[in-house]
Amino acid sequence: MTAWVAKNRTTLVVAAVVIVAAYVFYYAKNDIAPSMFGAAWGYAIPLVLAALVGVIGERSGVVNIGIEGQMLLAAFAGFFAAAFSGSMIVGILAGVGTGLLAGGFLAWTTVRWRMDQIIAGVVLNIVATGLTSFYLVSGKILPGVIPNIEVPVLSAIPLIGDVFFSGRSAIALVAIIAAVTVHLALFHSRWGLRTRAVGEYPSAADTAGINVERLRLVNVTIAGSLAGLAGVYLSMDASSSFERGMTAGRGFLALAIMIMGAWRPLRAFAMALFFGFVNAVASQLQQTGGVSIPPQLTGTLPYVATLVVLAVAAGRVRAPGAVGQPYVKKDQ
Amino acid sequence: MSDATPHPESHSDASREHLAEVATTDAALELPPEQSGFGEGVIGEVLLDINGLSKSFGSVHANRDITLNVHRGEIVALLGENGAGKSTLVNQIFGLITPDSGTVSIKGDTTPIKDPRDAIHRGIGMVHQHFQLVPVMTVAENMMLGHETTRAGVVLDLDSARRMVRELSKKHGLVVDPDIEVDDLPVGTQQRVEILKALSRRVDLLILDEPTAVLTPQETDELLGVMRELANSGTSIVFITHKLREVLAVSDRVYVLRQGAVVGEVATKDTDATGLATMMVGREVVLSIDKTEATPGETVLEIEDLHVKDDRGLGAVNGFTLSVRAGEIVGVAGVEGNGQRELVESLAGMRKIVSGRMELGDVDLTKANPHRTHHAGVGHIPEDREKHGLVSSYSIADNLVLNEFDQPPYAKSGVRQFEAIRANAEKLREEFDIRSSGVLQSAGSLSGGNKQKVVVAREMSFTPKLLMAAQPTRGVDVGSIEFIHRRIVEARDAGAGVLLVSAELDEILSLSDRIAVVHGGAVVAEMDAKDADRTEIGRLMAGDH
Repeated sequence: MTAWVAKNRTTLVVAAVVIVAAYVFYYAKNDIAPSMFGAAWGYAIPLVLAALVGVIGERSGVVNIGIEGQMLLAAFAGFFAAAFSGSMIVGILAGVGTGLLAGGFLAWTTVRWRMDQIIAGVVLNIVATGLTSFYLVSGKILPGVIPNIEVPVLSAIPLIGDVFFSGRSAIALVAIIAAVTVHLALFHSRWGLRTRAVGEYPSAADTAGINVERLRLVNVTIAGSLAGLAGVYLSMDASSSFERGMTAGRGFLALAIMIMGAWRPLRAFAMALFFGFVNAVASQLQQTGGVSIPPQLTGTLPYVATLVVLAVAAGRVRAPGAVGQPYVKKDQ
Repeated sequence: MSDATPHPESHSDASREHLAEVATTDAALELPPEQSGFGEGVIGEVLLDINGLSKSFGSVHANRDITLNVHRGEIVALLGENGAGKSTLVNQIFGLITPDSGTVSIKGDTTPIKDPRDAIHRGIGMVHQHFQLVPVMTVAENMMLGHETTRAGVVLDLDSARRMVRELSKKHGLVVDPDIEVDDLPVGTQQRVEILKALSRRVDLLILDEPTAVLTPQETDELLGVMRELANSGTSIVFITHKLREVLAVSDRVYVLRQGAVVGEVATKDTDATGLATMMVGREVVLSIDKTEATPGETVLEIEDLHVKDDRGLGAVNGFTLSVRAGEIVGVAGVEGNGQRELVESLAGMRKIVSGRMELGDVDLTKANPHRTHHAGVGHIPEDREKHGLVSSYSIADNLVLNEFDQPPYAKSGVRQFEAIRANAEKLREEFDIRSSGVLQSAGSLSGGNKQKVVVAREMSFTPKLLMAAQPTRGVDVGSIEFIHRRIVEARDAGAGVLLVSAELDEILSLSDRIAVVHGGAVVAEMDAKDADRTEIGRLMAGDH
């Protein structure tokens, strides 16, 4: 325990400072703070899910720049499946299933056929844009809403309870659970140890008797379901409509968040929140008429912040060693 | 030498015949323990039995009809030049490569070995030439990878892995901290982790693929001791190497491989270095170099208080001072990574220096580039011939004029003169014994030894004032080593100053007239080669001064 504290001292200090600052802001500016925090988390939810997709893929050694396409396809499939079938459940299942399929496509082409991972991702993105624009039907509406969940006990905590545990849909809750679960699994389970080995130094895993190809196939495919859920959130929860290109670059943003989070799920979660908050600040600045900053300028704030954080992070974090490289056995 | 079975020609019929003979008389040859090569070991029944194993990659026969066996508690050395098929052979035993034909039987079980998992399960452990450790993970994590213990079925039990590391460390006398990241360990210790990793499974047969390539002499001796102890406690060991000294020091029996086939099998006590080398190359090899006393002339190279940084921006060469005179070979001995690479690169004009003085006669080399250093009279045999020595997609002929291609007679008014280039190549091919189908063959398709001969030919053909040879025989077969060594001595006799940088202590000791030992980027001792003592140099190399 003490060793753990010593090892993570910087992180713990930063986390403590941020939490204290958040509470001070929450109580000092009680008029705007709650809605800003709410907006921040709302914006962060799909980013958390998408960043987890990136983390699982790259920790296994597969770059996934097709997250954007996976999300878009799932948003599309989820929305229209729900609209045509009249069932929200069918819609959610269709969206998550589409995410899985898209993940499977990426996994199969890059791992089994050893196609260039960047090209496979680009293909996925282009196909997604094309298909979802071509088959778009207008005038459809969702048959219902995804119910909000009030978590007992936790929702009573000031600030944290308001933001994360009340008035949010089930998907938001899943995003939190997923981040914690993936973190624990990655660093404390057999699957995690093997996944990290496969992404860092696959031949070491191979000689230890681990099936590198199978583990990568499974991981990239399963991760697709989280991208699916992110897509479903966009078209069925955050808004109740599907629009052309509605992912608006969130898949790529998620990759930046993954890097800023040093390929660690919980840090990526924190980075997604940070990004959401900067976004909330930007819209707050636009709404408060008193400030005379052109909206175009405040709108760039999130991207400037990303750029700065990425630049700072770039030299300090390192990607998994085997990312982007197909594993070829000696025999082949 | 009496029982050795050298085969003068590599061609298979004769050797197959002989192999059959070896196979039939094998049972009779089995030695009672007290007569075994090393003495102490108790050698038991046959553990590994390989029969008629063959494997091809495309049109290359990596292994041809290999038959060999290993007894319990025996150390068997597989000796051969690079490309003789040693690694292919052991990779088939470990299930990394599937044989085309033939059988591998372990304890009488001839079921084909599917994959490494299967091999591990059947009691085979392997320490690979390139360590199979995840650098960013701790020793304990690496140890448990692939056969993890868990609590409640899911949670990794790192404590039990730590305990396992400590217990194994204690049992085998290989001390290592379980919580340190592999990245932070020196190579010798990383290898220790590899061995422990193999031993953490029940191991009957331990395969070591060139384990000493990266070790200091002391670490090597330590490893040989560990191997002997393991064998004494009943573990069989297959040991790949091309260093004769190690074979003679530790093995019970030797199989010699050439061009993918077993060309000889001999009990270690019945052979010697010359006998083994002869089997490896199929002809007599002169292991000690014939050279006369050096007659050094004036100083050609003067290095004073040189400081150079490595790629990470850390000081690699720290106050290096050395001079080389015409007609002498100065050997720089040291464990790799003590600034040798940076020293050579800055002398060759490939790397900027921080401070110091480098002079070739009256030419200042501190701000020179490779072009200028070449024309000042420096011949450079680079450490990494694939990267800095050759353009593999170019022909042999073009590679032989890489640094003179724009000079007459190879170019006139900016137009290349193919006749002259070709004539030069034909001449050098003959002179340096470059074995190829012709001078227009691409350099990349040559074997390691012949590639190196192309580099050597180019760098020596303009009679340099200073010849810098960095690891000149790395990854080169015994025959070519002998040849290259002879040419280096000839260059010296022709009046060149030679700066030899090598991680092979044997090479330094046999070639040099004067030896400079480096550690931490500076010369820690200089001595006359006549007074050099292997143990003393080893100690200095390890930083003990």
